[in-house]
Amino acid sequence: MNNKLIKTFSISLLSFVLLLAACAPKQAVTPGVSAPASSQITPGVTITVYSGRSKSLIGPLLDQVGKDIGVEVRVRYGDTAQLAAAILEEGKRTPADVFFAQDAGALGAISKAGMLAPLPDGILNRVGTEFRSLKGDWVGVSGRARVVVYNTQLLKESDLPESIRGFTDPKWKGKIGWPPTNGSFQAFVTAMRKIEGEQKTIQWLEGIKANNPKVYKDNTAVVLAVAAGEVQVGFVNHYYLFNQIKQKGESFTARNYYPKKGDIGAMMNVAGAGILSVTKNREAAERFIDYLLSDSAQRYFVDETFEYALTTGIPTHPGVAPLSQIDVPKIDLGSLEDLEGTLKLLRDLGIL
Amino acid sequence: MVISSSQQRTGLKTGRRTPISLGPPVFLWVPALFVAVAMLLAPAYLVIRTASAGQDALSLFLRERTALVLVRTVALAISVTAATTAIAIPLAWLTVRTDLPLRRLWSVLAILPLVVPSYVGGFVLVAAFGPRGMLQHFLSGPFGIERLPEIYGFPGALLALTLFSYPYMLLNVRAALAGMDPALEEAARSLGRGPRSTFFHVTLQHLRPAAASGALLVALYTLSDFGAVSLLQFDSFTRQIYVQYQGSFDRTLAAVFSLVLIALTVTVLFAEGRVRGKLRYYRSGVGTGRPPMIVSLGRWKWPALCFCGSIVLFSLLLPVAILGFWLVQGLLASIPLQAVWAAALHSALASGLAAIITVTMALPVAILAVRYSGRLSSLLERISYTGFALPGIVIALSLVFFGIRFATPFYQTLGMLVFAYMVLFLPQAVGSVRSSVMQISPRLEEAARSLGHSPPSVLARITLPLIRNGLLGGAALVFLTVMKELPATLVLSPIGFDTLATEVWNATTEGLFAQAAVPALLLIAVSSGAIVLLLLQEKRAGKTAP
Repeated sequence: MNNKLIKTFSISLLSFVLLLAACAPKQAVTPGVSAPASSQITPGVTITVYSGRSKSLIGPLLDQVGKDIGVEVRVRYGDTAQLAAAILEEGKRTPADVFFAQDAGALGAISKAGMLAPLPDGILNRVGTEFRSLKGDWVGVSGRARVVVYNTQLLKESDLPESIRGFTDPKWKGKIGWPPTNGSFQAFVTAMRKIEGEQKTIQWLEGIKANNPKVYKDNTAVVLAVAAGEVQVGFVNHYYLFNQIKQKGESFTARNYYPKKGDIGAMMNVAGAGILSVTKNREAAERFIDYLLSDSAQRYFVDETFEYALTTGIPTHPGVAPLSQIDVPKIDLGSLEDLEGTLKLLRDLGIL
Repeated sequence: MVISSSQQRTGLKTGRRTPISLGPPVFLWVPALFVAVAMLLAPAYLVIRTASAGQDALSLFLRERTALVLVRTVALAISVTAATTAIAIPLAWLTVRTDLPLRRLWSVLAILPLVVPSYVGGFVLVAAFGPRGMLQHFLSGPFGIERLPEIYGFPGALLALTLFSYPYMLLNVRAALAGMDPALEEAARSLGRGPRSTFFHVTLQHLRPAAASGALLVALYTLSDFGAVSLLQFDSFTRQIYVQYQGSFDRTLAAVFSLVLIALTVTVLFAEGRVRGKLRYYRSGVGTGRPPMIVSLGRWKWPALCFCGSIVLFSLLLPVAILGFWLVQGLLASIPLQAVWAAALHSALASGLAAIITVTMALPVAILAVRYSGRLSSLLERISYTGFALPGIVIALSLVFFGIRFATPFYQTLGMLVFAYMVLFLPQAVGSVRSSVMQISPRLEEAARSLGHSPPSVLARITLPLIRNGLLGGAALVFLTVMKELPATLVLSPIGFDTLATEVWNATTEGLFAQAAVPALLLIAVSSGAIVLLLLQEKRAGKTAP
């Protein structure tokens, strides 16, 4: 009788678990991703993409890619840095064929570990040399400009200095917000070190630090804080503002300012992609990256995520300042490898 | 079998029990061994990573700032634990033992803040109480108040973590209060103690193990939280670990920091062991279990309602209201919003499985710790806590490391994900189950053994029915925590297995709050359903307990 009880208990537990588990695979596949809607999909060719860009922004694009290139595309969405760490831990056994990252730093880390395959020139040459790896193993697919976001109720554009160096003036004390843990911010500091030298970078960082900047978690938090007037200006990437304007309307009380005269404060960062060297589907993976550089994908980045197209001939979103109007300093992103030096500097100065 | 050698019976006054039990039975120590191995994976991974640390990494770690951050983190953990105790024990008592109006409703509402993910809770608190938040906006008009007390830094982190982690304490204490023998309090009253004195000298004392394990969960949660501290600009130890991954993809330095976090955990566990003490918490004499006596609040009814109301207001209604506000804002801006039913199903499935598996694995650990108390069993119990103190990403990466090498077919499957949840959240179940096992007299089990029942039969017929509330409480905790888990889900789930938590994160990470509102509200709704179901079970158990 007792055994019966235990049996009943364990059998019901097991069957429940099995029942649930049986349901799982069916739901595990999101209809949009794998729907065999198109007859072009070559049976059996599947690529796995680790995407550090979020589903809410590029989900629709990645749902479309597979249908257009005839490959089943499976996407793992996550945080860029955490996915990079996961790929490094997975090593040779990684299930990822493509890494699609939010910033060049993460791609650089995978490249440095020797885990990225060289890309064909046909892909590399679609973007300017400054937007791809020097080794030719990753390529930028969309651009985001560094900007100063400012509160439109507290400041006019004419109040802002031409160069971000102007923010070291004590009159900005307590009025600045920044996200020093953010990858794009660190890339920007690395670029500053490369262009203006170590000494000037230290001067700038110390100058800003002396103005007691508020430390925010990420770009979005800075933009919200600026709009609310917690701080008056912030150093961020340009496109976060537009997501807020889209939700909250034109009355949103923050706008972007592009520092002038080729100031480092207006540099261009990229989101990019690379192919893992262990992939068994290199051809399909190349088709995937090629697609990201196609006109339709570039137009998607422009229209839906408010970024800059990196290939020629795609006009900028009407709400975003066109490249002809901003003075972007020319820096090879592939040469910004010394991220560790930047981190050391930020730590030494007590910023991280 | 190993454990029997160091067997001590601290729970009993008389030590002559050997004829009945000769050490823990196989069905207890085999799963316990499995748990121990599972829990040692993360520390093993950290040691492997640290071993490759260069001189640079170590000198980075040994800088002054590290010590400062460590001290601040410990201060935060202690403060949050104290604050949650002050909230949770009165709440538990009011909702279990008094005639508070709408008692069951309050029980549900008071537990729910647990499901508010800290990355949502942090945003909400900033939106509400930030320097230019809604409260300030509201006060600046009629009252001309231009500055609120600073929310960024320690106060904000304390507020956020208290509001969203006190349910850990509440669920533990609730279970203990519900399972307490009313004869104890009756005896105190009959011996001339007043109600207040009875509460402090009998009830509160009896809640010690439950409160201690609740405090442990709160403290460890505080140590491992990333979302709230980073949004509220408090530099904690876990934030430092994330900074390592974020910036340099430096897994080595992150591992060094994580090992320090483990050391800290061991210290906390030791402290908890001291608080828990070696007392007995079960009924020693004969008697029958009855529902506990209900205290009439009388004129204290209104202050009690105010207390419950304000806690629920800040920790639950405020987040829901702000989520609703974001939703309406999105609808007005005609942003396409989707109901994410598939994600809701995935969340419920993963959380349900994790709750069942985790409680099942917690059972042998808890029974060994209480009934076969000794060095090995208490070591086992302590080991089970390491997962919870570490940031989710560290556990996730350790399972990536071992999973892809030694369990390739299972890598990034639902099974692996549930395993990760078990490693992360086992202590929540262990604490709850252990507290309830401590409340049963071993004599009941011994009597059953002497009447010829085998150990598994005793477990099924005596122990399990008696600790039902503890099992349910543990399952509830695990379910709710898994609902909002993020880092392990992102890295280890099967591809396409979106959960409500990942949907919320996908949107908030880009600042798309309107899109985040739907899955976040759904997350709270699904969790509420689960809590109601569990509390209904608890009630029935109370009625039919032998």
